Amino acid sequence: MWLNPSNPQLNRAGELHHLLTLEGLPAEILRQILDTAKSFVGAKVKKVPLLRGRAVFNLFFEPSTRTRTTFEIAAKRLSADVINLAIATSSQTKGESLLDTVDNLSAMHADMFVVRHSESGAPHFIARHVAPDIHVINAGDGRHAHPTQGLLDMYTIRHYKKEFSGLRVAIVGDILHSRVARSQIHALTTLGCPEIRVIAPKTLLPAHVEQLGVHVHHDMRQGLKDVDVVMMLRLQSERMQGALLPSAEEFYKYYGLTEQKLAAAKPDAIVLHPGPMNRGVEIDSSVADGRQSVILPQVTFGIAIRMAVMSILAGTKAK
Amino acid sequence: MPGNPLPDAEQLLKALIEQMRPAVGPETGLIGIHTGGVWVAERLHQALALRVPLATLDVSFYRDDYESRGLRRDVKRSEIPFEVEGRDLILVDDVLYTGRTIRAALNEVFDYGRPGRVQLAALVDRGGRQLPIAAQFLGATVQLKSGQSIELERDAAGRLRLVLREGGK
Repeated sequence: MWLNPSNPQLNRAGELHHLLTLEGLPAEILRQILDTAKSFVGAKVKKVPLLRGRAVFNLFFEPSTRTRTTFEIAAKRLSADVINLAIATSSQTKGESLLDTVDNLSAMHADMFVVRHSESGAPHFIARHVAPDIHVINAGDGRHAHPTQGLLDMYTIRHYKKEFSGLRVAIVGDILHSRVARSQIHALTTLGCPEIRVIAPKTLLPAHVEQLGVHVHHDMRQGLKDVDVVMMLRLQSERMQGALLPSAEEFYKYYGLTEQKLAAAKPDAIVLHPGPMNRGVEIDSSVADGRQSVILPQVTFGIAIRMAVMSILAGTKAK
Repeated sequence: MPGNPLPDAEQLLKALIEQMRPAVGPETGLIGIHTGGVWVAERLHQALALRVPLATLDVSFYRDDYESRGLRRDVKRSEIPFEVEGRDLILVDDVLYTGRTIRAALNEVFDYGRPGRVQLAALVDRGGRQLPIAAQFLGATVQLKSGQSIELERDAAGRLRLVLREGGK
């Protein structure tokens, strides 16, 4: 096995071979990705020849327009060939197994798989299975991780706030089901953010969430008091079906980010959201479009982050 | 290091400035290649009092050794703050060796436009060319033993110095 036994996304030389989760990734690698992304932001020439001749397969077992599009743009700006596969509508419905699909695409000379799957761990499973010259990027798996989203959030925070060392950050909303929140918490911790708060109703918090080193709040005004960064999460409407939440209206009343609630944060606090937003559920339009919102820059930085991850991975050898 | 056999970088810089002075005009664009080439270019740009702002290039995304060596860790953003189309350009690097960095730089520059002419200035030429590339402006030629390499360093006061490395590339 060429992968590092203690962290299967690294090779034996400690270099990033797959990007599966931000958990356990050294700060040095996170900074390397953020620094590389910086060289792409605002570049006059958008396209570089780095990955010419390489094939990037977007394997989306779960639909996502924005994430898939940004990965596609990132790969194309690196001159890779991009093949998009929405697998739910293709061979999986004909009964082909996940690994059969991956084997077939590998036989088509894939160099990189970008995987989104509703099952936690599916990208890890694929990464352990593929040949040593293939790289896997997790584009979101179940409730587990969404590392490129976490990275672009870190990029955004660093862009506006420069350092993590003095920051107070609040993550708000459906922590329980959120792979984004988990990636954010791991990255913030590794990069030295001293205070991470999570704000959510009890029903939308994982058990023992404090063990991740976060402070738990159930009240927005207390939780947002004097924070530098507010990271909103998307409330997935399917969660409303069960007994977790009485209604979208009630969620908005207590946890929706309005100007009044945001006033508890520092005056220069920034507001992030991974999109797509439910306006009037987790965030009010006046905040989403307001002066503290950095939601659209996040999307732009997301392309640079994905370019950086692909450039670093594709240059890493199995060793 | 006992008896630095390498020429004094500050002297080479002076020689380079005098060579380039008659060759540059008000529209000449100077492009430094990261990292050492940018240091040299900054000094040349100032000494030659060029009007066109200095450009900097990081050729990491155009290198031909990406396949074998991967991406360098400290990639910088390339900045060419002027119109390349039709302009006389001078690429600036610290050490000219295989010529592959210059090949990458030419490719990158052409993504910005079609320059009128491109010339090359280097502080030192250490031989070992693998491509048909030559410097029009050159500080000095040095002979190295195999396994040796040269690097440019810049101290806190901004002074440049060449250092010999053993067991290099």
